[in-house]
Formats: sequence, C-alpha cells, structure tokens
Amino acid sequence: MEKLSAAQAKFLLKEKRHKQKVFFLRILILILFIAVWEAAARGGLINDFIFSSPSRIGSLFLTMAKDGSIFYHIGVTLMETVASFLLVTVLGLLLAILLWSNKGISETLEPYLVVLNSLPKSALAPVLIVWLGNNLKTIIVVGIIIAVFGSIITLTTGFLGVDQDKIKLIYTLGGKKKDVLSKVLVPSSIPIIISTMKVNIGLCLVGIIIGEFLAANKGLGYLIIYGSQVFKMDLVMLSIIVLCVLSAILYYFITMLEKKVKKKF
Amino acid sequence: MNPILTLDQISFSYHSLDGETAALENINFQVMKGEFVAIVGPSGCGKSTLLSLICGLIEPESGTIRVDGASVGYMLQKDHLLEWRTVYDNVTLGLEIQHKLTPENKEKVLKMLKTYGLEHFKRSAPSELSGGMRQRAALIRTLALEPDILLLDEPFSALDYQTRLEVGDDIGSIIRNAGKTAILVTHDLSEAVSMGDRVIILSHRPGTIKKIMPITFEEKGLSPMQRRNTKEFHSYFNQIWKELKGDGEAVGSTSKVSAERETS
Repeated sequence: MEKLSAAQAKFLLKEKRHKQKVFFLRILILILFIAVWEAAARGGLINDFIFSSPSRIGSLFLTMAKDGSIFYHIGVTLMETVASFLLVTVLGLLLAILLWSNKGISETLEPYLVVLNSLPKSALAPVLIVWLGNNLKTIIVVGIIIAVFGSIITLTTGFLGVDQDKIKLIYTLGGKKKDVLSKVLVPSSIPIIISTMKVNIGLCLVGIIIGEFLAANKGLGYLIIYGSQVFKMDLVMLSIIVLCVLSAILYYFITMLEKKVKKKF
Repeated sequence: MNPILTLDQISFSYHSLDGETAALENINFQVMKGEFVAIVGPSGCGKSTLLSLICGLIEPESGTIRVDGASVGYMLQKDHLLEWRTVYDNVTLGLEIQHKLTPENKEKVLKMLKTYGLEHFKRSAPSELSGGMRQRAALIRTLALEPDILLLDEPFSALDYQTRLEVGDDIGSIIRNAGKTAILVTHDLSEAVSMGDRVIILSHRPGTIKKIMPITFEEKGLSPMQRRNTKEFHSYFNQIWKELKGDGEAVGSTSKVSAERETS
C-alpha cells in the first residue's frame, strides 16, 4: 500500500473521529431515553401501569422468550410480511410489464390505478374480512393491496423512462419486444426495482399489522390489540419495540441486496 | 452489376396531433455492392429517418425499398454499450438476440476484438473504455452479425474532435478493408468527402435529393486521413458546401437555417 501523506492521514483521522462521535451520540440518546423512562416510572412521575417501563418490558420479554411465545408471534408476522412482500414484488413487476407492453391497456387502466393508489387501503380491510374470512389469507391480501398499486405505478413510470435509443438498438440487432424486455428494460430498471422494494417492505409490514388488528389471533399486531384491550401495556410496548427492530432488520436486508446489486448495475 | 440496395420514390412523414411533418420526399438512389455512400444535409432533413427506413424499423408511406438478399446492420449515433454487460457480452448482444452464438461466431468476435485492440478489455465494463474504444466495440457488435450493408448514423459525432478524426480514419479503413457496403449519414462535410465514394446531398426539410456527387481521387486506396490532405478534397468540400448554401437561400434563409449551415 502507498504511504499516506500527512494531510491525508489527518483527514482520515478527522473523518473517523466524526463517525465515532455520531455513533456515540446515537447510543447516548437511546440510553438517556430508557433511563429517563425508567426513572420517571420508578419515581412515580408517570403511572407505569399505563406507560409501562423498560424494566417491566424487559422482564416480560424474558418470560415470553422462555416459553417461546414471543418468537412464535414474531415468526407469524414475519412470515406474513415476507409472503405479501414477495407477492407484491412479483405482481407489481408482472403488471408493470403488461402496462408497459400495451399502451392501450395502460391508458385505459390509468385512472383506476390512480384512484386505487390514493385510496386509504386500510378502509378495504373490513371488506376483505367479510369476503375472505377471518384468516391468514385476508391478512396477506391487506399487505398486498397496501403496496401493490403504488409499485405498479412507480415501475411502469420507470419502464417508460428507459432510454428509447437503447430500445432502438435492440430492434436494429433484429430483436423483438421480448428481447427489449429481457436485455434492456429489466436490467436497466434494477435500481428502480430495488427502491420500490425498499418502500414495499415497510408498506407490507403496515398492511400486515392492520390485518392482524382486525383478523388475527396471533402475530405482533394481535398482541398489540389484545394487550390494549386487557390493559396489559407492557405487552403492547414490548410488541411495538419488537416491531421497530423487525422493520429495521427487514430494511437492512433490502439495503444489503441493493449494495450487492449496485456493484453490477 | 445489380445494385444491392434500391430506393424508389420514397416519401415519409411524421404524424402527431399537432399536424404532419414531411421528413422525406421522393428519394431515389441506388447503392452498388462494396460502395461507400455518404449522405449529408442540414439538421432535421430526415437523414436518420432514411436509415431507419432502410433498416426496416419504419415503413415508407410511399415508394419501395429493395434490399437484394442482403442483411442490414445499423450503427447508431451513440455506442449504447449496456453498462451491466462486459465488453464481450456487449459485442455478442446481436448474436445472442438472433440465437447465433455458435463457437465459430464466438471465435470470429474474439478475433475482431484482437484486431481492433480490445482483446484485453473483453471482461471489462464499458465504462473502462475510452470514447474511441467504445465506438469500435459498437462497430464489432454490428459487424458480428455479418451485415452486407452497414448503416452509420453520425457514428462519430459524440466524440471529441481529435478522437473523431482518428476513429473515423480507423473505422473507415476497417469497413473498406472488409469490403462492406456502407451508408454514412453525417452533417460533417469533411467526413463525408474523406470517407465516401459518392456524396448524396439532401435539401432542408422535407428532405429531397439535391445532388449526388461522385468522389474520385487521382490516387487510389487513400485512407480517410490521407484524403484530407489532397487538393481534390478541398474542391469537393467547397462544391458540396455551395450546394448546401444554395439550399438555405432557396427556402428563404431563416436565421435557423444559416445557423445550421455554420455548424455543418
């Protein structure tokens, strides 16, 4: 390795210090938040029956971890989210390709897509329960409808923005529409597909929790609703915290995928 | 000898809701096998449209185009190498699309990469190539399909001036040595004179043929660069320039037309 100049070394050190400082402050905020919460609960400033407290949440987590019930509920929510996310990705891609390939269909369906996309999809959840029943299928469908219309619109717009000359290139080489699709359209849309996936994973989780609020006897959404109904605020708070961690992990996975793919595209 | 390509009374217009724009009107010409034809004209005179018609990407509104059993290769203005493919995968794109990735064809492509100095870059990303190398890769991609007629749509215009001269010389010689029939569209008169056997001069929109000028040099087999240093070169350049200039006056010499003339 080349020897660094003094100025470069100084710069690198400064950057490293800065990063350390940011990391330290982030952790500090978390610790302060937990400490103030705990102290306020113990000192009687807030009612820990209503607001819960970090220690109560911690001990509940330990209990539920011992009998495995918390992991069961996490597993259910995770499975539902991943299932609806995968279905949204596949459906969104297929429908966007269909709309791209046929101008007539896309122009006809455009107003419907816009309306469906701006409609608050949670309003449809009660209808779906009536139609599909009080079951897993309903929950996954809620997750799908929350994310799918937006991703169809974003992907179609992305597809239509692909460099026309690159499409012309495929035709000059004797290609057909299917070659345009596989050689130019999909590869050049990978960044937009990934960014749609990033949005979708969060939206699917929202849909799944809404679905679980309404039609479940398991999962984190169910725990939140059940906990609030029987006034077990420790359970509600624990579920919310687990949900935070879960969404962060899911997002992290997509970011990893993005990093891997970005090297190539 | 029969012509390899015949255009018979070709006309073409673009249609939009705002109206109709006539791009080409009554175009007639023939191209012989092995001939290098350059087409010049002011911007917007339908030069690129003409190539799209010959390539069969669009259909003429009237008239016929006869390509006698010949295949057509089209080289676009920009190289359009696909960044997510290696240089090798880019030059074999056409073969891949036409399901012609046979061992012989692969061998042929590798040989071309070697001849044109891209052998060491076959596993590289296109972004690692210089402008001239990218253009050569684009040429190999077109030549890999062994077209009988090569259409070149201002293939050097995206390059800086020095590279443009070098690549023009380079690619001009490659095409001549391979004995290909080629049609080059350009707004650069010196490029047309340095590379063409004939220069077709188009008028301002709607494009019609103003004149077809045969280009002959006393000395045979000159490269484009060598042609630029002959006295005939300047005389041809001036003749074509006068032809085009006359065009501007004929359509009323708007400021837009004269501006275009200066860039030519």
